[in-house]
Amino acid sequence: MKKLSKVLGGVALAALMATGALAETELTVYTAVEAVDLPRYKEAFEKLHPDITINWVRDSTGVITAKLLAEKNNPQADIIWGVSATSLLLMKSEGMLEPYKPEGVENLKKGFYDSDEPPYWVGQDAYVGAVCVNTIEAEKHGLTMPTSWKDLTDPMYKDMVIMPNPNSSGTGFLDVSGWLQIFGEDEGWAYMDALHENIARYTHSGSKPCKLAASGEIPIGVSFAFRGAKSKSEGAPIEIIVPSEGVGWDMESSAIVAGTDDLEAAQKLMDFAVTKQANEMYNQSFAVVAMPGIAKPVEHFPEGLEEAMIDNDFEFAANNRARILEEWQKRYDSKSEAK
Amino acid sequence: MSDARMGSIPAGPRIKGKLSRDDLIMRGSMIVIALYLLITMVFPLYAMMSKSLSTYKFDLAAYEVQVSGEEGTVFSDPVTFAELNETQEALHAGDLLAGSDGRLGVTQFFPDFSFRSPVNYRIRNLDEDGRFLVGSKLIDNTDWLELDSNTFRRVQLRPKKDIGLGNFTTYFSTPALSDSIKNSVMIATISTIITVTLAFWFAYALSRSCMRFKGLFRLIAMAPILVPSLLPGIALVYLFGNQGMLKEALFGASIYGPIGIIIGSVFFTFPHAFLIISTGLAISDARLYEAAVSLKATRWRTFWTVTIPGARYGLVSAAFVVFNLVITDFGLPKVIGGQFNVLAVDIYKQVIGQQNFEMGAVVSVVLILPAILAFAIDRFVQSKQVALLSARSVPYQPSPNTRMDWIMFGYASLVGVFLIGMLAVCQFAALVKFWPYDLSFSLNNYQFNKMDGGGWAAYFNSIKLGLLTAVIGTSIIFFGAYLVEKSNGFRTGRTIFQMFAMLPMAIPGMVLGLSYIFFFNNPDNPLNVIYGTMTILVVCTVTHFYTVSHLTATTALQQMDREFESVSASLKQPTLKLFSRVTVPVCLPAILDISIYLFVNAMTTVSAVVFLYSHDTALASIAVLNMDDAGDIAPAAAMGMMIFYTNAGARIIHLIASRGIVGRTQAWRKR
Repeated sequence: MKKLSKVLGGVALAALMATGALAETELTVYTAVEAVDLPRYKEAFEKLHPDITINWVRDSTGVITAKLLAEKNNPQADIIWGVSATSLLLMKSEGMLEPYKPEGVENLKKGFYDSDEPPYWVGQDAYVGAVCVNTIEAEKHGLTMPTSWKDLTDPMYKDMVIMPNPNSSGTGFLDVSGWLQIFGEDEGWAYMDALHENIARYTHSGSKPCKLAASGEIPIGVSFAFRGAKSKSEGAPIEIIVPSEGVGWDMESSAIVAGTDDLEAAQKLMDFAVTKQANEMYNQSFAVVAMPGIAKPVEHFPEGLEEAMIDNDFEFAANNRARILEEWQKRYDSKSEAK
Repeated sequence: MSDARMGSIPAGPRIKGKLSRDDLIMRGSMIVIALYLLITMVFPLYAMMSKSLSTYKFDLAAYEVQVSGEEGTVFSDPVTFAELNETQEALHAGDLLAGSDGRLGVTQFFPDFSFRSPVNYRIRNLDEDGRFLVGSKLIDNTDWLELDSNTFRRVQLRPKKDIGLGNFTTYFSTPALSDSIKNSVMIATISTIITVTLAFWFAYALSRSCMRFKGLFRLIAMAPILVPSLLPGIALVYLFGNQGMLKEALFGASIYGPIGIIIGSVFFTFPHAFLIISTGLAISDARLYEAAVSLKATRWRTFWTVTIPGARYGLVSAAFVVFNLVITDFGLPKVIGGQFNVLAVDIYKQVIGQQNFEMGAVVSVVLILPAILAFAIDRFVQSKQVALLSARSVPYQPSPNTRMDWIMFGYASLVGVFLIGMLAVCQFAALVKFWPYDLSFSLNNYQFNKMDGGGWAAYFNSIKLGLLTAVIGTSIIFFGAYLVEKSNGFRTGRTIFQMFAMLPMAIPGMVLGLSYIFFFNNPDNPLNVIYGTMTILVVCTVTHFYTVSHLTATTALQQMDREFESVSASLKQPTLKLFSRVTVPVCLPAILDISIYLFVNAMTTVSAVVFLYSHDTALASIAVLNMDDAGDIAPAAAMGMMIFYTNAGARIIHLIASRGIVGRTQAWRKR
C-alpha cells in the first residue's frame, strides 16, 4: 500500500508541478517560428517588459494549428506568434481569436494585417515560395535551369522534382493555392496534372524538398526561399529560382487567443510585433517584412522576390481550403504504386 | 460470492468467509489499479470512438435570408436556404455532408446573383448555435445582418455537429483513404513472412547447431530493439536513396515505398520474432530426435515432423506479433514510405496535416480491427499450447556437424551483417559533414540545439521519461499483477482486471495517443491539467507497454507457490509485508526485466507520444522524426544513434545490476 500511495503521490506531485507554472505574468506563446530565432525575440521583448516572461511552445505550423484547434474549448495558449495567416484565418472563423489593434499597426503594408476593425491578426513577415535546384546534379543529368512554373512540367525533369504534400504541409498548400490563383482554377489543376508526372514524391514537410535538393537526393525541390537561402549559406550547391509567373506566399502572423487570462501582457506582445525593432529582427531571416522600408537584402535570397509575390487572397485560400485539399487528394494522393 | 449468498438454499446457519483487513486492502488496491487502467485506456478509447461518429452537416433550415429589390431597401419575406434549395435544387443531400472545416457558399441559391448588382441581402441564424462566416469573421448570433451583394458573396455557411456513420461512409468511398487498408495488410503480411522465416533459421542455427560465437549473435539479434523503428528508414535512405551507397543494387526501383517499409520492418521486428521462436525451439525433447534417428527418418523428414511441430506455437505467435508491430508502426513508413499510404501514417496526416480529428478517429477505428484480430488469434493459439516439456523430457543437445555448422554460421553472419550494417550506416551518416558532397568527418550533426526537434533537452527528457516510466510503471504493473495472482476470491474483479491488462497490447500507439487528446484535453475533464506535461507521457507510455510487463510479472509470480500466502496468513503477517519481504526479493529478476523493458521502450516509442508531447517535453525519438521531416536527415541519424547507445548502456547497467542483486537475493536458488 505504501508503495502505491507513493506512486499516486508522485503522479499528483508531477501534475501539481505542471500547473504550478501559471505565474501572473507568464505568457504561453504558441509559435511555428524556427527554433534558432526564438531566443532573440524573447530576449528583446523581455528587456522591454521585464515583468513578463515568454514561454514558447514551438512546433511546425501543421502541428501547432492542430493543437490550437484541438484545444478550442480549453485554450492553453495566450497568444500565437509566427504562425501562418492561413491558419489564423481558420481560427478566426472558429471565433478563437481576440481582436486587438496594436499601436502603430497602420504603419504596416496594406494586406499585412487583418482588414477587420480592430484587426484579428497581424502579419510579421512573408515566406515566399521558391524552387531550389541543385547545380551539381542538374549538370550531371544535363538539365537546363527552369525559370518558370511551366518549365517544370518539361518531360526532361521526370522524377526530378519534389514538393510538399499540401495535405500535410502549409508550404505545399501555399504553392497549390498560389497556382490556382495564378492560372485560375481549371488551368491550375491542369498545370498540377502535368507537374504530377514529374514529381518523384510528395514530402510531409515544407522544408524537406529544399534540403533534399541540397543533398542531391532529388535535384529540384519546390520549397520556400527562406529555406533555400539557409541551405545555401550552409554551403549547399543550390540555386534558388523565383518562377516568372509569380509565387504563392504566406506570412508569419500573430494573434491573441480569445479567453486568455493575461490579455494585457498579450497586447503588449502584439504591440511589440509591429514595432520597427521587431521588423528589423524579422529581417534577419526573412527578406520581406510587414513594415515598409525596413527590409535590407538578406544574403543568398534571390532577387525580385517581393515583386514576384502574387496578390494573395487569404480569404479565398481559407474558405476553399477543405475543397482544394479534397480535390488534390482525389487527384494525386490515391496513387499507391511506388514510383 | 454474493450469488451464493442470495441463492435459494434453505435457511440455516450461514458460514461467511469473513473478509480480513488484508483482503480489503488488497481488493481496494486492485480496484485502484483497475481504475487507473479504466481512466488511462478505456475512457480515452471510448472518447475516440464517439469522435469517429461525430459528423458535420450543413443545416440549410437554420438560416433565414431576405432579398431586396433593385433599389436595395425593400426586402422580401424571410425565407430559409432549405426552402430556396427546394425550388432551385442547387444541392443534394450528399452535398450537405462536411468535415469540421466545411464551408458552403450561399450565392448558388440565387441563380441571378451578381456581385455588381445593387441588390442588398439580409441574413441571420435561426438558432442560438447557428454559425456562418462573412469572409472569415464568425457570426453566431441571431440578429439580422444586412450586406451588399459584393459582401454577400463572401458569406459561407458552417456545418453543424451531428452524429452518425457519415465519416465511415466518406472513408470507404474515398480510395485515397481506404486503399491504405490493403496497403497496410499487404506490407504487414509480406514483412511477417520474411521476418519469421529469417528469425526461424537464425534461432535454429543458435539452438540446433554447434557453430561458434553464439553469444555474440544473440546480442546482435537483439540490437534493433534498442532503436526507434524509424532509424532503419534513415539507414535505407543512405544505402539505397538516389545518392545512396548501394543505389544500383535496387536496379532502378525506388526505396521510397513498399520495398523500404518491408526491409525496415524486417529489421525492427527481427528481435521480437527471434525471441519468441528461440523460446519455442529451446523446449525440445531429445527423445523425439532419437526416435526419429532409430526410425531411419531423413534429416528433412525429422525437420518437418519433429522440429516444426514442436516450434509451431512459437512460429504462429511470432507471426502475429510481427504482423501487429508492422501494421501499427508509424515511424518507418513516415520516413521511407514515400507515396505509399498506410493506415498509421494516415492517422497522422489527417490529424496533423488537415486537423481532421474525426477522420483520424475513423482511421484509428479501422486500424484497431486488424490489430485486435491478430491479437485475439494469438491469444487463442497460445491457449492451445500444451506442455511439450514433460518431466521425462531430455533436453536436446546438438552434436557437431562441420558442414552444417559452417552453413549455419554463414547464414547467421549474413543476418548479423544486415542488422549491424544498418546501425553502422546510421553512425557513419551522423559523422559525415555533408553527404554526399563533403565526406570529411565532423560532429556538426550533433549540434541538436541548432535544429528543430527539441535539441539536447529532448534527449534528456527522453531519459527522464524512461526512468520515470521504469520506476512508476514497474511499481504499478508488478503490484497489480501480484494482486491479481495472489488475492483470494473476488473472481469477477480479477477477471475484469486481467482483461484490462491484456487490452493495451491490441491498441496501436497512434490510436492510444490520439484518444488521449480527445479524453484528456476535454475542459470538462478534471484530469486535463496533466495535458501537455511529462505526467501524461509517463501515463501513456506505461499504459502502452502494460501488457508485456504484466505478463512477465504474472509468469514470475506464478512460479511462487501460493503457500507463501497461507503461511504468512497463519503467522498473522499482513500480506503487504509478505509482498515486500518475500515476493519482491524473490521476483527481483523479473522486476528488473520489466523495468529495462519499459525504459528501452520509453526511449524508442514514437507513435503514442507524437500527439502528446509539448515544447517542454520534446523527446529524442520525436526529435528523430521531426528532424528527418525537416530534411535534417544526418542529425536525425545522430540522435537515433544516441538513443541506441543510451539503451545499450542501460542494458549493460541492467546486466551488471542484475548480476549483483541476483547474487545477493537469489542465492537460495542454488544448492
